[in-house]
Amino acid sequence: MGLTIPLISRKSGKFVAGVAVCLLLAACAGTPGADGINDPYEATNRSVHGFNRGLDRALVGPAAKGFGSAVPQPVQRVVGNVADTLDIPGDVANDLLQFNLGDAAQNTLRLAVNLTMGVGGLFDASTAIGLPGKPTDFGETLHVWGVGEGVYVELPVVGPSTARDAAGTVVDVVLNPVRLALPKKEAMAATVVKLFARLGDRDRYAETVDSILYESADSYAQARLLYLQNRRFELGQGGEAAGAAADDDFIDPYEDPYGQ
Amino acid sequence: MANDLNLSRRAFGAGIAAGLTVLALPRAAAALTVDQARALIDKAVADVNRIISSGKSQNAMYPEFEKLFARYADVATIARSALGVAARSASKAQMAGFTKAYQGYLSRKYGRRFREFIGGKIEVTDARAIKTYYEVISTAYLQGEAPFDLRWHVSDKSGKQQFFNIIIEGVNMLASERTEIGALLDQRGGDVDRLIADLKTL
Repeated sequence: MGLTIPLISRKSGKFVAGVAVCLLLAACAGTPGADGINDPYEATNRSVHGFNRGLDRALVGPAAKGFGSAVPQPVQRVVGNVADTLDIPGDVANDLLQFNLGDAAQNTLRLAVNLTMGVGGLFDASTAIGLPGKPTDFGETLHVWGVGEGVYVELPVVGPSTARDAAGTVVDVVLNPVRLALPKKEAMAATVVKLFARLGDRDRYAETVDSILYESADSYAQARLLYLQNRRFELGQGGEAAGAAADDDFIDPYEDPYGQ
Repeated sequence: MANDLNLSRRAFGAGIAAGLTVLALPRAAAALTVDQARALIDKAVADVNRIISSGKSQNAMYPEFEKLFARYADVATIARSALGVAARSASKAQMAGFTKAYQGYLSRKYGRRFREFIGGKIEVTDARAIKTYYEVISTAYLQGEAPFDLRWHVSDKSGKQQFFNIIIEGVNMLASERTEIGALLDQRGGDVDRLIADLKTL
């Protein structure tokens, strides 16, 4: 808490700009079609998808495979744990912005436990004692504030997103408390650790990622569907919206006009 | 007031009919109960867990999963839903051919992924009625992964109690299948016969 507030005021110019961008994006949001997908920039998105796929095939995929096979499992886990711990201050900031004091407390406790018992974040000691991670982001904060999802976008390198989540990602990176608190060199090291953790994830979920990117007939449409459904599920979780979100995805093939 | 009470015989008859329909509706829907839906998935999950922990080779597990799938899932309905709009204009013979080819395709596609469940387990935690079907909620615990939410949509409208959809962390299998089969069909210029022939090799 002490971390975030002075930082926000120091960078309040950027923060306000970020929020303005979000609201602007939300304003030109439009509404999803009957299939729950709002993708007016599909042509552009598809070319970005082509680029991302090429990047994964040529660089990210092989690098992840190399990372997965060269680095021993326990070291990979340590990298993942450090990356997760580095994310906690940002999570706490977003919890507070969402007025979610319960999660803010749990994540703060997680940070304390992982930094002490977990030897500076090398081990995820808090999950071991029954304090699982409650990751969040500024996209979720915007959702809590009532900002709509907006149009679907596929961002270069980052991948599937929405107008709201893209704005959230920018704010999370620009205003990340750890990045702002650390000296330049250490901040760079933190970023590198996070990138390696991402490679670890790419390798761990290789089968799923490959099946979407390279084995499906329309990888763009599959990635879009998966992202939107999973994201709506995450955001609906724990609240009243959970049931409503499930209803949106409701398919009854026995009543289906297509099926008759 | 007097008017309200003065029901004509026809209106009375219509009222009775409407009343009976209303009575009949919940009864039809209650043919399958939350407990039965839950019991079905409990059984399916027990079978999955048994295969996972049997210690058999992966290749020996695939046919077992396939049998399980055919038994617990309403494959015909899943196939029709996956084909989407094209199912409307498809002939009976085409639908039969598609369903058969699709079952094999689906078993191979998901059978390959079942290996990820080895060493893990699934636990049914809850069940509830949604609109016209039941949702059974379970949690999957896979090795080296955070537990995730796995939901089964169960109905008895096929004449048997079977599941027709699986939702993994919000991701809906039917929707994903419809996208995939729709794309495959588009690539073949909407030719269902070509799709059927090709599905056998995919």
